[in-house]
Amino acid sequence: MNANEKANVILDISHIDMVFDTPKGPFTALQGVDLKISKGEFVSLIGHSGCGKSTVLNIVAGLYQASKGGVVLNGKEVSEPGPERAVVFQNHSLLPWLTAYQNVELAVKQVFGRSKSKSETKEWIEHNLELVHMEHAMHKRPDEISGGMKQRVGIARALSMQPEILLMDEPFGALDALTRAHMQDSLMEIQQELNNTVIMITHDVDEAVLLSDRIVMMTNGPAATIGEILDINLERPRDRLALAEDPEYTHLRSEVLKFLYEKQRKVESISKHKVKKESSSSKEKVEAA
Amino acid sequence: MTTETALANNNTNKPIISDSIKALITTGFKTVLVPFIGILVFLMLWAGAASKIDTSLGKFPGPSVVWEQMGSLYEEHNAEREKEQAFYERQQKRIEARLAKDPDYVPKIRGYTGKETFLDQIFTSLITVLSGFVLAAVIAVPLGIAIGLNKTLNAAVNPVIQIFKPVSPLAWLPLVTMVVSAVYVSPDPLVAKSFLNSMITVTLCCLWPMVINTSVGVASIEKDLVNVSRVLRLPALKHVQKIVLPASIPMIFTGMRLSLGVAWMVLIAAEMLAQNPGLGKFVWDEFQNGSSNSLARIMVAVIVIGFIGFLLDRTMLQLQRFVSWDKAGTAS
Repeated sequence: MNANEKANVILDISHIDMVFDTPKGPFTALQGVDLKISKGEFVSLIGHSGCGKSTVLNIVAGLYQASKGGVVLNGKEVSEPGPERAVVFQNHSLLPWLTAYQNVELAVKQVFGRSKSKSETKEWIEHNLELVHMEHAMHKRPDEISGGMKQRVGIARALSMQPEILLMDEPFGALDALTRAHMQDSLMEIQQELNNTVIMITHDVDEAVLLSDRIVMMTNGPAATIGEILDINLERPRDRLALAEDPEYTHLRSEVLKFLYEKQRKVESISKHKVKKESSSSKEKVEAA
Repeated sequence: MTTETALANNNTNKPIISDSIKALITTGFKTVLVPFIGILVFLMLWAGAASKIDTSLGKFPGPSVVWEQMGSLYEEHNAEREKEQAFYERQQKRIEARLAKDPDYVPKIRGYTGKETFLDQIFTSLITVLSGFVLAAVIAVPLGIAIGLNKTLNAAVNPVIQIFKPVSPLAWLPLVTMVVSAVYVSPDPLVAKSFLNSMITVTLCCLWPMVINTSVGVASIEKDLVNVSRVLRLPALKHVQKIVLPASIPMIFTGMRLSLGVAWMVLIAAEMLAQNPGLGKFVWDEFQNGSSNSLARIMVAVIVIGFIGFLLDRTMLQLQRFVSWDKAGTAS
């Protein structure tokens, strides 16, 4: 991060500890997480399952309260969830009884309320659905569209709130590889246009390198914290095909892999592996990358 | 079915019957013919068994006798209506004649007090069960939502619900009767006490399944959806209206269908026990009457009760299809 970016800090995560009360006693999930994010920056959080990436995101979203330390957004401390920190959830979490349009409408009406007229509201909803290329299925319900389309609507809903920071919790984790690539391209396109500040959690090394300005790599829990931060200074707009041959890209990618598999190698016993099905599948994802 | 598959196999290389017609025949076979055969077999078994059972009131009624009684019950209903009509006409003429003689006469109009027919009893029972059901829903749905949203309230109310849930509403009936006759004193009552007794019994019966299902539905809303609401900072009332209520509609309806089915059964029993007007009273009166037609008439009532119970369930299902977004839950 250069000096110019430092001056532009919009989000300050400072000295966060997170301790969960479990029946077996307190469990320290996070310890001393410290991160500053500048306006317009795209930051990925990567790490093995259970390392507390989601916990960091939930604390920034205000859905969890940190046990120690705090989050400051634009000079204001975060104490509860709010639309200025819009969240894109992993499982789209659209309301199944509303159409794509109505799902976005609920957010727009709640956030902008009377400040937008009826026609402005309609225009704004449609504009956001067009951004994610969902204008053709605006009036379909979630169970009538594919997983990728649902996630697009989820992103449109988050964007429609005009958040100061966009929080994405493994937004493409549940999608197949081809759809995921499509979605990543769409996201880059949107990012090019809107220049949002984004924190994205991912398991996918390629995704992280392709999309991010910085990759924050987290150590394994318990008491997880930030291990290394990798600056990605690849030129934008980025093209996945051209980058595949790019030596810089390959180098960055192997840096992340090294961190994950050499420095933070996760050794799990077989029985634990069976129980933690989710963690094994995510590991495969990283390996496949 | 084996012959059909054999036919289908033969037709594979020479498709004489088009697939759509074949599909139509298969579905027609399944939806019309098979149920029809089922009913026919049942009627034959019934007729066969009935002719072998001798009771003190004669032979057990077979299908044909019951069919006859169904007709005569309808005729009795018409005859009663004619009598009523005639009564009011006579009264009107009398009043007019009296007024012609004495212009100062203030006429007294008396209501007809003939016995209630079978159709009247059906109507009474239906009104009772529906009023009791609606009253229960009005109480249970908001209560269920409150319990589902608030863990503390749930912990407080749950033991009470768990204890009262298994109680047969008929056990409440004497208490309800006593309380209603003590509390509901009015010189000009809007509704009869007996109606109120039956209705409250139905309400008590419907209340618990509805409260439990609603609260479970509300408590099991996906956490992500709740988080969406939190991120949007929806106010409490809007949260209930936009997220909680639609999300738990399928479970609410499950509770409603369960309780309406039980309520209908309980109501008939309550009417028999408390001699409150309705189908239950009809059955009991016929039993006490003990004429040679009684058993057949009771059998008519049994069939009608079953049929209405079925219709009530279907109506609820249609209502659910209309209201609910979750079409998967309304398949049967």
